[in-house]
Amino acid sequence: MKFAVIVFPGSNCDVDMYHAIKDELGEQVEYVWHDTDSLDEFDGILLPGGFSYGDYLRTGAIARFSKVMQAVVKAAEAGKPILGVCNGFQILLEVGLLPGAMRRNESLSFICKPVELKVVNNQSMFSSAYKEGETITIPVAHGEGNYYCDEEMLAALKENNQIVFTYQDNPNGSLEDIAGIINEKGNVLGMMPHPERAVDELLGGADGLKLFQSIVRSWREANVVKA
Amino acid sequence: MLLKHEPSTEQVKTEKLYQQMGLSDEEFTLVENILGRTPNYTETGLFSVMWSEHCSYKNSKPVLKKFPITGEKVLQGPGEGAGIVDIGDEQAVVFKIESHNHPSAIEPYQGAATGVGGIIRDIFSMGARPIALLNSLRFGELDESARVRYLFKEVVAGIAGYGNCIGIPTVGGEIQFDASYDGNPLVNAMCVGLIDHKDIKKGLAQGVGNTVMYVGAKTGRDGIHGATFASEELTDQSDENRPAVQVGDPFMEKLLLEACLELIQSDALVGIQDMGAAGLTSSSAEMASKAGMGIEMNLDLVPQRETGMTAYEMMLSESQERMLIVVTKGREQEIKDLFTKYDLEAVAIGTVTDDKKLRLLHHGEVVADVPVDALAEDAPVYHKPSKVPAYYEEFQAMEQEIPQVSDLQETLLQLLSQPTIASKEWVYNQYDYMVRTNTVVSPGSDAAVVRIRGTRKALAMTTDCNSRYVYLDPEVGGKIAVAEAARNIVCSGAEPLAITDNLNFGNPEKPEVFWQIEKSADGISEACRVLATPVIGGNVSLYNETNGTAIYPTPVIGMVGLVTDLDHITTQNFKSNGDLIYLVGETKDEFGGSELQKLVHGKVFGKAPELNINVEKANQDQVLAAIRAGVVQSAHDLSEGGLAVAVAESLFTNEQLGAEINISGNLVSALFSETQSRFLLTVKKEQQTEFESLVDAKLIGEVNETATLTVKADNNTVLEASVNQLKDAWKGAIPCLLKSRD
Repeated sequence: MKFAVIVFPGSNCDVDMYHAIKDELGEQVEYVWHDTDSLDEFDGILLPGGFSYGDYLRTGAIARFSKVMQAVVKAAEAGKPILGVCNGFQILLEVGLLPGAMRRNESLSFICKPVELKVVNNQSMFSSAYKEGETITIPVAHGEGNYYCDEEMLAALKENNQIVFTYQDNPNGSLEDIAGIINEKGNVLGMMPHPERAVDELLGGADGLKLFQSIVRSWREANVVKA
Repeated sequence: MLLKHEPSTEQVKTEKLYQQMGLSDEEFTLVENILGRTPNYTETGLFSVMWSEHCSYKNSKPVLKKFPITGEKVLQGPGEGAGIVDIGDEQAVVFKIESHNHPSAIEPYQGAATGVGGIIRDIFSMGARPIALLNSLRFGELDESARVRYLFKEVVAGIAGYGNCIGIPTVGGEIQFDASYDGNPLVNAMCVGLIDHKDIKKGLAQGVGNTVMYVGAKTGRDGIHGATFASEELTDQSDENRPAVQVGDPFMEKLLLEACLELIQSDALVGIQDMGAAGLTSSSAEMASKAGMGIEMNLDLVPQRETGMTAYEMMLSESQERMLIVVTKGREQEIKDLFTKYDLEAVAIGTVTDDKKLRLLHHGEVVADVPVDALAEDAPVYHKPSKVPAYYEEFQAMEQEIPQVSDLQETLLQLLSQPTIASKEWVYNQYDYMVRTNTVVSPGSDAAVVRIRGTRKALAMTTDCNSRYVYLDPEVGGKIAVAEAARNIVCSGAEPLAITDNLNFGNPEKPEVFWQIEKSADGISEACRVLATPVIGGNVSLYNETNGTAIYPTPVIGMVGLVTDLDHITTQNFKSNGDLIYLVGETKDEFGGSELQKLVHGKVFGKAPELNINVEKANQDQVLAAIRAGVVQSAHDLSEGGLAVAVAESLFTNEQLGAEINISGNLVSALFSETQSRFLLTVKKEQQTEFESLVDAKLIGEVNETATLTVKADNNTVLEASVNQLKDAWKGAIPCLLKSRD
């Protein structure tokens, strides 16, 4: 499977994502600069964390207008797995591939620490390697991870089983402890915690690796059927 | 000083305008003699910043000469943007520490943020990839004023704001609180970078006819005379210097960083230097001077953020996120193209000449024409008078006194909640310490450890200085600062390599302050020689006084060590039930400058703890040998609060564990004395014999699963506390001090 790590000016978790895929997952991966207009050669798209365009105006608000984002939308429509982590999640919200919006953390401070997540939905292509209800530890590192959507949207997220991860001990004030959601179709995941930072026991834990393994497994299954 | 109409050359002299810029009468006369004429307003400005203490070290040079600066592994000593040390496999580590004290006292968020931005540029201007940030901070007492709490919160937010955005992990640091820093906080930022030997670049303007290019952010009027401002005492009027504080843009610096690291790979690049203190002036004059060349620049071509800027303003601006580079003539376009990819400007603004002059053109006229060496090399050097302070003689005459303690448990709880000892989680949880996914040992440990991807190696790094000891005895305190840094590095499983130092002192024109500077430099030098950790660069910050009162002398040591195999990485927390607890080093009745003394008496006095640097070295060598032999489960150095605090801290990670230790002699000394050169180690029972053959240590107890810390003397329990209770006191102290009052 071949992944693209999209690099915007100001992305800074691109290297982490790249190495998680290459060194720990053992799949193909390439950096893709934000002015690219086609992602046809890639099987999975990763939007890394960081501060794209300095997060000026609003997190993700400028990056969504990058040329590459049209290709990301096209890839999403084609059913390819799209993962946005942290700033990547914020960009997915801004471009409308996922519903809702981000507010500043309740503490008004940046927060960086490992947190416990609950796998609420293990039926998605991003979480099938986890057990339902499993508690995993993944680090967060953000200033604006306080997820919000209106009641109607929240009801829909629950109805469609779109909430994939929730916080066990909410670090940012996020609505209903939401840490990660998928789109209705199930091929776009946005999450504030960083699974790419939890792929190596040397650095404190490898609970994030199963997320990437889930993507590969789902892709293999689909492609075996095609073949 | 932002005048619409610039004063004439005559006015500069007759109205003594140079004095406002920080030049003395004698210095101005010296400039006149060098030039053979009176300098104009712009030229006076050039000399005033280049001859400021911040740029010229005119007051500290005689002291800095004492430092050992060479060593087998030193590839670059002091004098460039940062020092470089070989770590094998054609790789090297690049690091430096720098202060941003005065800006942070006035505008704490931006002051701290731009301090971080500046030190990062020093690292990547050498061609290195910045891999970690650390800091060393000093504030007044948190419980005493809202201003102190404001400074503390904003400085931390500023460091976080810059480091997090640019994506370099802030992995470690230290913070002390003491009333002497009330009006003059210290903000020292350190950056560590990694480089391949072949990529090392220097700030040299070589090759006549080569092109001088300006890259990065546009020049504005911010930070004009920042270097001069940094070389004066703070007063109640210092707020008026707010325009001398720069504003940072970490996004811009991220682009500049990536572009410059790409540029390093181009053979068109001749030299590169950060526009830091004294901006365009220092970068151009120093690059030319070091290469034995001159530079001519047309200031009309300098990218400007504001209209109508004068030559004086452009040359003295300290706008952030700028670099000056020299490239081979004829290859400007490829450099421009490289920077365009990152939406950055690269503009040719001048050429390298062979006349050793800095010549500036503006609106078709020559507005400055001065010898580069005069700016960069010929600042006067002052040998300041030095005098032993009365307080020192008084303290030396005192006997060591053991503070009176009635309740050992209560005392331990109180010590753990002193802000200097208490958990700094409130601080480091605001820093992204994990980005780039190499941080093996996170903040809150003796030293942080960052692995080098693709190898079995890692780098350990720390900042240290107990300024109370330095105040009581500058020479011993200076030695202790280096020794403690090395102890931290060794505890993490690394071999100390070298140091960078940040000498924060008061006004050197006061003989007692200059004596503190001299003596602490002697102490640092001796420790560096014995521990084989040369000084590869650093920074001097003098005039740290508010309304005439100096800070404690604070020579902060930033040290980096090499972990030769990832398996050696060791942390301070106790690991398993049944592990044996050992104490390395002798314990004496030493409380001068200790946390307990401050807690009991509300002040520090007497003699600092002694330090025998040879004993220190022997203990460190034994501990490192045992760690490398794989017989040490945990290692922690004994520092503020002594043995009791060290044992408690070792219990805070795994909540099931407890410990029982046995002490003898005077209980207060055994638990709380701050005698140096001591380590707390744990060892698996089955490795007891091998461990004891390697380390001369005393078995003092055992790790258990009681979740309780028990201390016994002569089989009587003298202290018993649940780990949870201890941890709550330690963890809750700083958030509590910040929350309850504002």
